Amino acid sequence: MRAIMKHRLFWPAAALVILIAVNAIARPQFILVTLRDGELYGALIDILRNSAPLMLVALGMTIVIATRGIDLSVGAIMAVSGAVALTIIDASPDPGNLATVLVALVVALAVALVLGVWNGFLVAVVGIQPIIATLVLMLAGRGVALLITEGFITTVNSEPYEFIATGYLLAVPFAFLIWVAAVVVIGLMERRTALGVLTEAVGINPEASRLAGVRARGIVFSAYVVSGLLAGIAGIIYSSNIRAADANAAGLFIELYAILAVVLGGTSLMGGKFTIAGTVIGVLTIQTLEATILFLGVPSAQSPVFFAIVVIVVVLVQSPRLHRWARGALRAARARSRSTAGDRTGVAS
Amino acid sequence: MTRSLEMTARRTTAPSRYATFMSRHASLMPTFAAVVILLVLLVGAQSRFPRFLSPGNLSALLLDNAYLVVLAVGLTFVILTGGIDLSVGSVMAFTGILGASMLSQGVPAAVAIPVMLVAGAAIGLLIGVLVQYFDVQPFIASLAGLFLARGLAFVVSLSSIRVEDPAVLWLQRTRFSLGGWYITPTGIIALLTVAIAFVVLLWTRFGRTVYAIGGNEQSARLMGLSVARTKIIVYVISGVCGGLAGLLLTAYSGAGYPRNGIGTELDAIAAVVIGGTLLTGGTGYVLGSLIGVLVYGTIKKLISFMGAEQAWTQIIIGALLLIFIVVQRVIVARSQRRR
Repeated sequence: MRAIMKHRLFWPAAALVILIAVNAIARPQFILVTLRDGELYGALIDILRNSAPLMLVALGMTIVIATRGIDLSVGAIMAVSGAVALTIIDASPDPGNLATVLVALVVALAVALVLGVWNGFLVAVVGIQPIIATLVLMLAGRGVALLITEGFITTVNSEPYEFIATGYLLAVPFAFLIWVAAVVVIGLMERRTALGVLTEAVGINPEASRLAGVRARGIVFSAYVVSGLLAGIAGIIYSSNIRAADANAAGLFIELYAILAVVLGGTSLMGGKFTIAGTVIGVLTIQTLEATILFLGVPSAQSPVFFAIVVIVVVLVQSPRLHRWARGALRAARARSRSTAGDRTGVAS
Repeated sequence: MTRSLEMTARRTTAPSRYATFMSRHASLMPTFAAVVILLVLLVGAQSRFPRFLSPGNLSALLLDNAYLVVLAVGLTFVILTGGIDLSVGSVMAFTGILGASMLSQGVPAAVAIPVMLVAGAAIGLLIGVLVQYFDVQPFIASLAGLFLARGLAFVVSLSSIRVEDPAVLWLQRTRFSLGGWYITPTGIIALLTVAIAFVVLLWTRFGRTVYAIGGNEQSARLMGLSVARTKIIVYVISGVCGGLAGLLLTAYSGAGYPRNGIGTELDAIAAVVIGGTLLTGGTGYVLGSLIGVLVYGTIKKLISFMGAEQAWTQIIIGALLLIFIVVQRVIVARSQRRR
């Protein structure tokens, strides 16, 4: 029992389970999953489906944060990739053609990749602080997306494109399969090869790992490339879900939610040790919380208040000062009980 | 011995005097560059649009961006200590809608305006306490502040609220004219904020402590400076500036709107950085931040004069930000090599 509680994923997982339990008690149909026409439906399935964009972005963010960096530009990259994909489909004579959609996807992902390379170049080669280097693209990226869509919200009607976010495969939402695939690929790469350990080494001490022969620069560089690519996929799923490219709203604040998911999962923002499973739990917690807030009848615009409280509680729980206070209080309580016990023995003798 | 003689001899020649000046005033260079960029922009704009440099247009340049000036001033304090405050845009939206809502319910402006400033200060205090006493990274603490203020703005009202209060509208509608130049009380408040910040940073103990913390927090602490108090106060200042900006924006637009200022924190950070303040802290000038805001405003105005997409503003500001960061990086690398 103690070993389980000591596990680093215990508290994040416990929080998610408690959240789901509270929801299930408040409305039992929350955990109800039904099979209709060979497709699964239910509130939980919705959460798994809607998690896709945040999950992909948060995965990339985990890798970047592990190298002691941060990627603020993911929302802007989402906006750009969605804009590129939908503009290509919109311009083609046959938007429903599978080939058109595939071309659009490839081009959009290539653009996202280039933006990731740009971030990686600024951070790993030029040596700019990650928060500032990615701020440049965070600012300029949305401008680029607006230029691509010419300031309009480009809408399209393309069945294959809509399938990405709303389609079903093997009875489960396709978007869910995309993020599971991404988690598996990244997980295998980071945990079944030495890459994960090297990434942590770079995050803990870039200089020392470089002296130890780790190609720190390459690892940091590729972290931003992976983050950019995943953000590109997230942008495609987002635009497919709303069937439109909205340069202003796509991925707005997603960098903040992604960072929150990473922190909720137990990865430290100081770099080094990271956990992909923790991030998955963190994202699911955020989506469940979002669903709960909506269920409570709170307008979704007000939900940031709840997330602010969650962030504050999480950082307070992690704060060393609070741990010291808690330890001090515990020791004082123990000392008090011991001294009262001593008094009693004194009386007895 | 001969070598040092040679060195002194060489130092008196013209190019090395220039080098000495550059190395002594290296921290001024980015702000200088910002001034040059502003002048180039203004002259370039004037050559294409002969009416660009008219007094009326230049006055509008300040007044349209008064709220951003105030935000940038508050942010300059935070960035000088080596921190960052992402919450400023949301705090401005929250205090703006809070004030508009109170005024619409008949609360007098003499009560509503102090409440707005206190609300901003409270969020700043929360961020400061998290940063100082709970070792939360400024980025994350102010992120929580961003979420909190944005959410609270929507809690106050989901839609925009018109302001009818004569005192608040007076701030924007009154025009003190001189020739073609004019200024409103909102512009005076913005300039006054810059002036106060300038004096505080340059000539007070508190200002010195701010620079010292940004230079090296550990050293500042060992010198016996009140690091904890100063660090909390800079976030409170930034919060109060957010509240003041909320007032200015409400007066400017005649309404409070919970969606105001989404992304404004980035504009403010960009203005501060373009104005020559180093994001690592310790180096920078509040006048530079004013210049930075004016650069931002000029680019925005120039693009609207040209009839181009406003999206170009973001792209150009992003590019300028990048250039300045690289320049600053070179300066820092050089000064470190000298040591």
